[in-house]
Amino acid sequence: MSYSEAAVRAIQREMEADARVVVLGEDVGRGGIFGQYKGLQQAFGAERVIDTPISEAAIMGAGVGMALAGLRPVVEMRVVDFALCGMDELVNQAAKNRFMFGGQGRVPLVARMPGGIWDASAAQHSQSLEAWFAHLPGVVVVNPSTPQDNYSLLRAALQCGDPVVYIEHKTLWGLRGEVNEDMAVPLGKARRVRDGNALTLVSWSKQMQACAAACEALAAEGITVDLIDLRTLWPWDRETVLASCARTQRLLVVHEAVQVAGFGAEIAASAAEATGCRVARLGAPRIPVGYAPVLEAQSRVGPEAIAAAARKLLG
Amino acid sequence: MGSSISTGAGEALYRTMVRIRAFENAAEAASQGGVSAYGQEAAGAAKVRGPLHLSTGQEAVPAGVCAHLRTTDYLTSTHRGHGHTLAKGADLARMMCELFGKATGFNGGKGGSMHIADFSVGMLGANGVVAAGLPIAVGAAHAQKLLKTKDDITVCFFGDGAINRGPFLEALNWARVYELPVLFVCEDNRWSATTASGPMTAGDGASARAASMDIAATQVDGNDVFAVHEAAARLVREVRSGGGPRLLHALTYRVKGHVSVDVAAYRDAAELAAALETDPIARTRGHLLSAGVSAATLDAIENAARDEVDTALAIADAAPWPDAEAAFTDVQTTGAGQWH
Ligand SMILES: Cc1ncc(C[n+]2csc(CCOP(=O)(O)OP(=O)(O)O)c2C)c(N)n1
Repeated sequence: MSYSEAAVRAIQREMEADARVVVLGEDVGRGGIFGQYKGLQQAFGAERVIDTPISEAAIMGAGVGMALAGLRPVVEMRVVDFALCGMDELVNQAAKNRFMFGGQGRVPLVARMPGGIWDASAAQHSQSLEAWFAHLPGVVVVNPSTPQDNYSLLRAALQCGDPVVYIEHKTLWGLRGEVNEDMAVPLGKARRVRDGNALTLVSWSKQMQACAAACEALAAEGITVDLIDLRTLWPWDRETVLASCARTQRLLVVHEAVQVAGFGAEIAASAAEATGCRVARLGAPRIPVGYAPVLEAQSRVGPEAIAAAARKLLG
Repeated sequence: MGSSISTGAGEALYRTMVRIRAFENAAEAASQGGVSAYGQEAAGAAKVRGPLHLSTGQEAVPAGVCAHLRTTDYLTSTHRGHGHTLAKGADLARMMCELFGKATGFNGGKGGSMHIADFSVGMLGANGVVAAGLPIAVGAAHAQKLLKTKDDITVCFFGDGAINRGPFLEALNWARVYELPVLFVCEDNRWSATTASGPMTAGDGASARAASMDIAATQVDGNDVFAVHEAAARLVREVRSGGGPRLLHALTYRVKGHVSVDVAAYRDAAELAAALETDPIARTRGHLLSAGVSAATLDAIENAARDEVDTALAIADAAPWPDAEAAFTDVQTTGAGQWH
């Protein structure tokens, strides 16, 4: 099953199980621009899979109102870059409602906003903004890297009852993998992908692939890596990460987002505080993503750079 | 007095307006020396702290509109939301407690004046962000339509300044596209913070913009509670019966400054004086008297409101502060506890 099919299947199962689940967004009736809603409108009707105007503030705001009035909306933002047009509705409304009104309201919505570098799509269609959302009290932040996780985490997101920022990677839609439809993955639980002793490597989403390739290269040199897919950025799995860091005494965090003020800094600081381990971060330079291949490449963090950072950390 | 309204209903409208006025007068007094917007030093002694946006002079709009609403109808509001909240049926003392920041307030002291809400009467919240209530209202109305909650509706208050933000246009379009049971109510008080709204607004304002989206709009003298009541009766009926969205454009006036500490020195004194001539409460009192309601009856309504507010002030004064740990509750369930 592909990453996008896994998402469709997850939503389908939740819509079957719970009549309150609705989908709203641009082009969702035809299956979404990535096929991530394919067939859902045919199955559940246009009242539950709602095509909307190009109106991100209204989509997100209406999702908040729907949630307050008893529905469980899946809010489609198309890409994380456009979610910025609905930012007040997410940051000041969805994320704050429950607290600000003393627990009177709940906003159980899932805001899907595909993130990351989308090939040759330049500065407004390639951003990785997960750290922004992790900074916001009130929301859960999820970045799945595999079809199984996309299936299981999307279901978990729909069941969790808090607002969830759900960031699928723009170039993972076609990724295929086994999906066990009975498998639950809890929010906030990381996955150890490889076991090793030399260092702990933490990443998420698409960068897991580059990290896996880097680990292969390092293994050939006799360097074994504890590779962890964080999967959920908030809440993040401190237990798994810190236990690994305590053992290896070396932590490298890798992300596609720009390095400065990123979520890597949060993990690195936490690990250093808790375990005294050596830490390093690796992310993109603080530049907008360029269009020409040579420019776009400047924003990419590939296996070689990851392996080099790992060697440096060990040296 | 309005053509069709009984004196009993007239007295009820009067009571709503008088309660709002009494509440806000007391809140204003309790905010003296408080934190200010616009650069004045905060003395910090105030019982009501932070920006307090008063709706003095605008009471006829929520009174006239909310008289037609049920508890199961939803309401979204603005930063200037005390009147809306009271008119929707929220408990006055609990609202005072919230303004005092006490644990017994609607939000347990987490919200204050700008975030007054009483979900138990369908009041889904005042809002610190201009125009933010509009998309939320259409979402609530959309849910009402999907959930087929009888003929319940959503009412959405907003100011004349809000119509210049995108969410106003996005929400109106949305409401029309899906034929939602929502009544938009523009309280056109002529000012946006310290700037007159007129020169900042292209075209003829809220009604004209609604008309451009094929949403029927009605303009009304928002300082005439009977006119508001009558117009709202029709619009609410039309919305309830599945007619889709409507807009009520109520022309009123903001008597006080933008926030309680704002003396509105930027405003022309003649403009204020003229507006005070049409004070909705004095006008309603005059109408009721000429319709045969006794002065004693009206005095009793006013005294009862003042007594109720005095009691609320005492309750709020005596009420406990929230526990500090409450700062960590109702943030989120998933990931709660991971504060750092
Ligand atoms: C998005 C946003 N911008 C600016 C403000 C600051 N602000 C608060 S109230 C206000 C004026 C609003 O005018 P209007 O909508 O007419 O309502 P009124 O205050 O007149 O009732 C402004 C600019 C805000 N709260 N939100």
